[in-house]
Amino acid sequence: MIHNNLFDRYLVGESPLHRLSPIVKVVLTILFILSNALLPDGHWLGFGISWLVILLLNLIGELGWSFTLKRSFIALPFALAAITAIFALPGETLASFDFLSLHLVATDVGLLRFFSIVIRSWLSVQVAILLVTTTQFPDLIHALEHLRLPRLLVTVIAFLYRYIFVLSDEVLRLLRARQARSASLPNLRSGGSVLWRARIAGNMVGQLFLRSYERSDRIYNAMLARGYQGHLRTLNRHTMHSRDWLILISGIALLLILQIFTRLIG
Amino acid sequence: MPITHDTTVPEPQILDETQPVIAIENLNFSYPDGHEALYDLSLEIKKGEKIALVGPNGAGKSTLMLHLNGILSGAGELRVGGLPLKKENLPVIRALVGLVFQNPDDQLFSPTVFEDVAFGPLHMGLPEDQVISRVEEALAQVNMSGFEKRLSHHLSTGQKKRIAIATVLSMRPQVLVLDEPSAGLDPRARRALIELLRDLPITMLVSTHDLRMVSELFPRMVIMDNGRIVSDGETSALLADEALLKEHGLEKP
Repeated sequence: MIHNNLFDRYLVGESPLHRLSPIVKVVLTILFILSNALLPDGHWLGFGISWLVILLLNLIGELGWSFTLKRSFIALPFALAAITAIFALPGETLASFDFLSLHLVATDVGLLRFFSIVIRSWLSVQVAILLVTTTQFPDLIHALEHLRLPRLLVTVIAFLYRYIFVLSDEVLRLLRARQARSASLPNLRSGGSVLWRARIAGNMVGQLFLRSYERSDRIYNAMLARGYQGHLRTLNRHTMHSRDWLILISGIALLLILQIFTRLIG
Repeated sequence: MPITHDTTVPEPQILDETQPVIAIENLNFSYPDGHEALYDLSLEIKKGEKIALVGPNGAGKSTLMLHLNGILSGAGELRVGGLPLKKENLPVIRALVGLVFQNPDDQLFSPTVFEDVAFGPLHMGLPEDQVISRVEEALAQVNMSGFEKRLSHHLSTGQKKRIAIATVLSMRPQVLVLDEPSAGLDPRARRALIELLRDLPITMLVSTHDLRMVSELFPRMVIMDNGRIVSDGETSALLADEALLKEHGLEKP
């Protein structure tokens, strides 16, 4: 294996957050993201409190207070998709300009919506990072299945996790094989035409598909050989303790209080 | 992976001890594209035998192995422990024949080692405590105790091969069928594998190109070429016949 850390975000630890039942963590993460989405536009106090909670969880998880903050910026570019909100909402005009054949009008309501969306997604990404750094992926899969996510979906996620490493190694090998033969001679233009290079890249994608397809066949055979008859089975090993219930209920209560509080003062 | 706790199934045993573990008579098989892979093949494996299956690439070794627990089924007679290869016998036959594939990345498909070794016993319908004790037992047999919680993709090739063998040992099969177990191993991992195979008290059919391993481990050797068995006999005698080896693309170790 060449680059496990590309996908494995789990950090080994024994903190209370690591030991918490993965079911509770998954539920609270989803509810937290939902609560974020429900906070009214421009409610900075609500966003601030949510962020404080995340910082606190960082500390409880023994990760250092800025752990998720540092890793959250990777997702910020995706929030830029919300940039259209600036021009799409009616409100007081802040500026207007022409872009190609479009006449764009930036409004105050739009700008407020834009910044709120960026902050919401930024908070959501942080809590998701927190979930995957403190939970082993197999536990996450088990949690999803205990939460009655459709079996097929869980199985697909489990296989994706197992084989993304194998596939990325396959891609790496293909790229290396190309690189190793991408030579050039002095005084000769190397690299061929764009069209030719595109065709090579296309062939590589096709090659990857074929290899994956054949591999899936072999995996299925390996499953059949060990008695697979159509459903996957596992041992149920995640029981909820009273501590887990307590944290789940207080987490939900906190989020409810946050929602009510922001609406009362907002 | 998803949970299904089903009714328990009785543990399969070979009912008639006098029967050969595997009996193949006049087996023929062609792939859907018309390529003829096995031609009039007959083979008998008795309990306790350790047999090497050698021959050039494309001789039909892997195709034969896929027949042994019914993943492929050609025309002809194939009986495992006296049971004919029929659809209703497949679950029992798959519990009797432990098939280990060449590439451990195909064999190990679960996130953790525990889940992979538990896959077979779980699908046989064994109760939870037995599944757990069988996983422990199988991992101990391949000297990999304590690896339960490890992630399969973080292991070395040698470790993956051992876990792959444990995934079928946990089903307590009567025959172990291995496809090129020593391919791609460094000398130390290869040595450890040879010692493991020598010490396992179980009937074995192993396909390999590693003739030094064959001479060390397997008293009986079967040579395949072009979908047929061209030679079947004592390893020392066959390995001494240089003309025979050369004819089928093999080299004297």
